Amino acid sequence: MSCSRMENKILGYVDGRLKEGERLEMEKHLSTCAPCQLRVTEFSSVHALLDELPMIEPSPAFDARVRARVAAEPAKRNWWAWLLPSPRVAFAASMLLLGTLWIGTFSGPIDTPIDQTDIPVLENYDVISSFEPLTELPQAPADETDQQSQDM
Amino acid sequence: MARSDVQLMLDVKAGDEQSFALLLHRYRSPLVNFLYRMVRNREQAEDLAQEVFLRVYRARADYVPSAKFTTWLFRIATNLALNSVRDNRYQRMEISLDAPLTADAEDGDEKTLDVAEKQPNIEQHLVEDVQRKMIRRAIEKLPEKQRAAVLLHKYQELDYGEISKILECSESALKSLLFRAYETLRVELAPLVAQRARQ
Repeated sequence: MSCSRMENKILGYVDGRLKEGERLEMEKHLSTCAPCQLRVTEFSSVHALLDELPMIEPSPAFDARVRARVAAEPAKRNWWAWLLPSPRVAFAASMLLLGTLWIGTFSGPIDTPIDQTDIPVLENYDVISSFEPLTELPQAPADETDQQSQDM
Repeated sequence: MARSDVQLMLDVKAGDEQSFALLLHRYRSPLVNFLYRMVRNREQAEDLAQEVFLRVYRARADYVPSAKFTTWLFRIATNLALNSVRDNRYQRMEISLDAPLTADAEDGDEKTLDVAEKQPNIEQHLVEDVQRKMIRRAIEKLPEKQRAAVLLHKYQELDYGEISKILECSESALKSLLFRAYETLRVELAPLVAQRARQ
């Protein structure tokens, strides 16, 4: 194993996380490589020095603050839940809808006669239907005809 | 038998608030310590830790145990910490490393020795105090991603697979990151390393 290949395994060796095969391979290399031995010793020292930093305790109010923030979270509600905060509004909307339907039921049919003179297309129908130049127009392609019929 | 983290989280998902309290109890200290070492400010660390727990709670309905709970938890924490560190970067650059640290960052919260009660040797206490400051500063000077890798590896004892998922990199890249971080620490802490090597 070369020293460059060892770089990524040196920390695993120091903290004992290497697999058995890797560890044996590392030890074989270390037995013949003084610089890597020194590196292992130094990394072990750094690893041990980091243990000297003491832990801190969360402040006594920490849990209470988390619980307060969690308690302030809105509860998860389903799709219809938006109606729940205002049942009066929901009731009023329902009554309005029912009332509209009820009134609609009792209304008579619309029988106002249509004044055909107000429709310009009908007024000119005879002229357009017998207008000769229109018959000389080329036939529209089939898809265009379909499109026009859809538009209508 | 204690329920696993995943089981507790599934119970939270089912509406059991007590399980959330157990997760809070289980991870409050590791999270606050990790975040404290990332951002070097206790108040900010606790705010971020609260935010982590809140995000876990908010995500309960969509929780799927596809990875270890700790991977998910520390991924949230790491992202929040990295964002916080980056937000504070310019402010931090203005503070000289040689300037006196604030009472918070100094070690007002970390004192574990009571000279009067435990150790009459004040000189020894001062030496240890200086050493701790050197170690804290060395960690603080690491680039944030290297710092996160070292903290998750050393103090949370997460395996390489978990840490690489948290930091969103390959295991090979993580090992390289850790190697570079330890190289920097080895140089920064050279006097202490040499002293320890002599012992």
